[in-house]
Amino acid sequence: MRRWRYFGYRLLFALPVVFGILVLNFFLIRLAPGDAASVLAGESGAASPEYTELLRQKFGLDRPVIEQFFLYIANALRFDLGFSFRNDAPVSELILARLGPTLLLMLAAFSLAVAFGTLLGVLAAVARNSWRDAVISVATLICYATPVFWLGLMLIVVFSVNLAWLPTSGFEDIGQGYEGWERGVDIARHMVMPVAALGLFYLALYTRVMRASMLEQTGMDYVVTARAKGQSEGRIMLGHMLRNAFLPVLTMAGVQAGNLIGGSVVVETVFGWPGIGTLAFNALQSRDLNLLLGIFFISACLVVAINLIVEALTIALDPRIQA
Amino acid sequence: MSDVVLTLDNLTIGLPKGADRAAAVSGLNLTLRAGEVTCLIGESGSGKSLAARAILGLLPPRVTVTGGAIAFDGQDLTRLTQKQLARIRGDRIGMIFQEPMTALNPLHSIGRQIGEVLAIHTAMGATARRARVEKLLADVHLPEPSRIARSYPHQLSGGQRQRAMIAMALALDPKLLIADEPTTALDVTTQAQILRLIHELQREHGTAVLFITHDFGVVADIADQVAVLRQGEMVESGPRDAVLNAPQHPYTKALLAAVPRLAVPVRPVEAQGLVVLESIGARKSYAAKGWFARGRATRALDGVDVQLHRGETLGLVGESGSGKSTLARAMTRLLAIDSGEIILNGESITQLTTKALRPYRQKIQMIFQDPYASLDPRQRIVDVIAEGPIIHGAVPAEARLRARDLLRLVGLDPSAAERFPHEFSGGQRQRIGIARALALQPEVLVADEPVSALDVSVQAQVLDLLADIKAKLGLSMLFVTHDLRVALQICDRIAVMQHGAIVELGTATAIFTAPRHPYTKALFAAVPGASWNQSIPAAAE
Amino acid sequence: MGAGLKRFARNRMALLGACVILIVVALTIMAPFLFPAGAFALVGPALQPPSARFWLGTDALGRDVAAGVAEGARTSLLIGMSAAMGAVVLGAVIGGLAGYCRGAVDIVLMRITEFFQTIPAFLLAMLLVVILSPSVLSVIIAITAVSWPGIARLVRGEFVALGGREFILASAGLGASGPRLVFVHLLPNCLSSIIAVGSLLVATAILLETGLAFLGLGDPNVMSWGLQISAGRVSLRAAWWVCTFPGIAILLTVLSINLVGDGLNEALNPRLRER
Repeated sequence: MRRWRYFGYRLLFALPVVFGILVLNFFLIRLAPGDAASVLAGESGAASPEYTELLRQKFGLDRPVIEQFFLYIANALRFDLGFSFRNDAPVSELILARLGPTLLLMLAAFSLAVAFGTLLGVLAAVARNSWRDAVISVATLICYATPVFWLGLMLIVVFSVNLAWLPTSGFEDIGQGYEGWERGVDIARHMVMPVAALGLFYLALYTRVMRASMLEQTGMDYVVTARAKGQSEGRIMLGHMLRNAFLPVLTMAGVQAGNLIGGSVVVETVFGWPGIGTLAFNALQSRDLNLLLGIFFISACLVVAINLIVEALTIALDPRIQA
Repeated sequence: MSDVVLTLDNLTIGLPKGADRAAAVSGLNLTLRAGEVTCLIGESGSGKSLAARAILGLLPPRVTVTGGAIAFDGQDLTRLTQKQLARIRGDRIGMIFQEPMTALNPLHSIGRQIGEVLAIHTAMGATARRARVEKLLADVHLPEPSRIARSYPHQLSGGQRQRAMIAMALALDPKLLIADEPTTALDVTTQAQILRLIHELQREHGTAVLFITHDFGVVADIADQVAVLRQGEMVESGPRDAVLNAPQHPYTKALLAAVPRLAVPVRPVEAQGLVVLESIGARKSYAAKGWFARGRATRALDGVDVQLHRGETLGLVGESGSGKSTLARAMTRLLAIDSGEIILNGESITQLTTKALRPYRQKIQMIFQDPYASLDPRQRIVDVIAEGPIIHGAVPAEARLRARDLLRLVGLDPSAAERFPHEFSGGQRQRIGIARALALQPEVLVADEPVSALDVSVQAQVLDLLADIKAKLGLSMLFVTHDLRVALQICDRIAVMQHGAIVELGTATAIFTAPRHPYTKALFAAVPGASWNQSIPAAAE
Repeated sequence: MGAGLKRFARNRMALLGACVILIVVALTIMAPFLFPAGAFALVGPALQPPSARFWLGTDALGRDVAAGVAEGARTSLLIGMSAAMGAVVLGAVIGGLAGYCRGAVDIVLMRITEFFQTIPAFLLAMLLVVILSPSVLSVIIAITAVSWPGIARLVRGEFVALGGREFILASAGLGASGPRLVFVHLLPNCLSSIIAVGSLLVATAILLETGLAFLGLGDPNVMSWGLQISAGRVSLRAAWWVCTFPGIAILLTVLSINLVGDGLNEALNPRLRER
């Protein structure tokens, strides 16, 4: 079908984006002060001279810039993102090992934010200008203005330090040796606060978008048509307006995917969540630029993937989209 | 007499505070009978659409029925709750709207949207509904009903969408059909087909129809009864022929007199002047939208040859997509053509750069269709009119002074100069647009549908103004319109366009009395009210 | 514009926001007089809870939290405003070029814009600050570099929409030059949208700045709210106030800017007024 051919085009257009990130990375390395080899080895100069020399050869740093560029791209496409001297492990391995927890955190925050944001947005729009709308709107405004990391710290103060309901940090309690179902519950308990801290901002955002979108649909001609057919208000809302109003939320979700990763870096740092965010923070502390660039590359690929999923959902929901 | 289906008894609809008047409709009395089409006609702001919506309780927020009754089936509809009304809507009263594209849900298939009516009001199963939907689509003469049922609104043409809307409104054989300007958004030939369809179905089922329109031609074609609305008050009503041929109220008389007659007025025959503006083999195509511009390109202009002579008015007539507006913009060089030549006073202006073109711009000026979009909302009127002369090197103070004279010339008070566009009505804005064009003292005026967004009485005034100015200043005019009535009134020669090409070109008289091309003939046949001879209003003048 | 300001003044929430912003601005001006010792000075015992002498308590080094909040306001406002301004200018130029030239220029510029909108903004900002080494200027550059795509798309969209309007055609038909079309007709007609979105951008820029400072990517010699929270983290269990008050300052400032931005949006953009 033509609509899915459009998806094929989007897939094709994802490749230049990935390529573009590599180009950007290459320029960032050259932008950094000092010798590229020492930059790649970690700025603090902790790398041994042998290792620096190895890098020099591998990236052809004594050869012309254009050749260096192609070597860099070729290495990256082989998924060779270099070696982290600090962590004594290949960058790609380090990132892959941490990808799972980050994905779990992001997906949980993302899906909860979309689901509840949509729901609250509809509730606010239905009860427009009532006290319920006012409460939702004020709460939304506050969540929308709260810095993610501070919210995380405040949650710790309240729920861990004072109430002692939830664990402060980490992915699970390894010391307890939980297995199966119990382990799942334990991880879930560790997840509550990070997910809340990361998700509340987006929850607020989607609530705002959904509310505005629903109100916009209220004035549409097709709503009057549905009324003229004798359809009930509830069904007009669920059967007609909801899907139309949801499309802008979906678009926004795609746009925000990149920011979600940025948020998870901060949240992981606050809660000691063993994902790529914490990895990035550690790389930041030791100025391990190459590892940071690797994380940037992988997260950007992740965003491209999320965008493709959003695109597929949009195509499934909106028959008008076609190549 | 036939059975009364619905009675509006002293209906009054209140407007929210701050509106230009207290009531949208006041004291409206109307009786709709089975098997009859009642046309409610009025200009914009007359309250005709609100009156129609009030029947089904579909008034916009803050607009309410404040008095009177709507009697239908022994009930007063104004006293029913929304729930009770919902049981009547779609079942015993159906409704169709002006713009079928926005009136249909873009995300649901046509079949699902029609089936919805059946699902709400009947106990039919899914299979029975599907079969019934296809039957209904066949009844409105849509080809391949099963394919149409699976289609989405954006995949159909405007006419097909309106047919689908009609199928939806008539799905349960309602006693009353409310049609709110259902053909206004359509081309004339499509409009004629839709009018015929409504007429046919209504006769077949004995449905009462309340038909809202602003077009007396449409009234002449379809109405049994007519009610004329002005500023929310009914000034006249009665059988069609009585109202059209022997109007009693001065307002009705004035409205009827303003409708351009489907005839060529007698004009003095003048010798043809030299060619001022010419298009030779102009071609223009638009690439198909898409990621890789594959697929068919739309050919907007397909090798057009046309000449505008000094002192004449040449009409470009055609339906939407015929290329008439594209040609007008190409000839003013507001649009670059792919190949061909545009020649002004014997000089080719096809390849000139923006800068080199500037002196020539002064000679051709354009008047646009949409009076609301054609003036910069952030410019004062005086700056709108003086902009052209200032660009061409006039002293700003003098240009502004002259702008006031121009305002007088187009029939506006010079005090208008200091105000902003939003403070003016559509007709006034169109006059400002004309003043802007005249400020450069052009030789050629290109008018792109200059009156199609205006009410009929305002339309007549603007047309008179254009003809007057053209004669006074000795201009040549290229006049783009979809309306053959208007074209016959104002044009010396008429070019009929279809699919980016001129299919017939001749004097207005020749085109009217002896059209040769089948498309020209079809256009004339489709003009609403073509058979109505319109003799009385002319005499009343 | 005049009518717009009147509509804005009728919006109580937006006025409230404007008042809070004025208070924050006043705080930055008064900071040197209120806290002459400065935010880095060790003025008292460590980890004192809020008291009459130290309104908001002291941190682990014995610095006055209130002095930090006052000085941090200046940092946040300075960086937020400069970065938003930079992003508006950069975005308007790119979006304007794309929307005015159309064709190949449009396609290339919009692909680049989409690219920058897709990649994780915060990570890119982190990288830029690390590479340029943390300072007020590098933070401004980094935030500008990740904030412009929204403005570019807005301006491009407005230019394209307005470009199809007949008054632009009419002006071109009068013989108006490109710069005249852009500066007399196109830009003034989308200025209100740019102002509204640009003001919201200040809020996002402040959130980004505090986030960067929290990760240790702020200027180490300039006091900021993010830096305060980052430093107070260690003593979170013992002294909640060190982290709490700077965070409330961020929340209130960002909230107020959002309120003002929403107010401006509603007042200046007639399309939204009906909602």
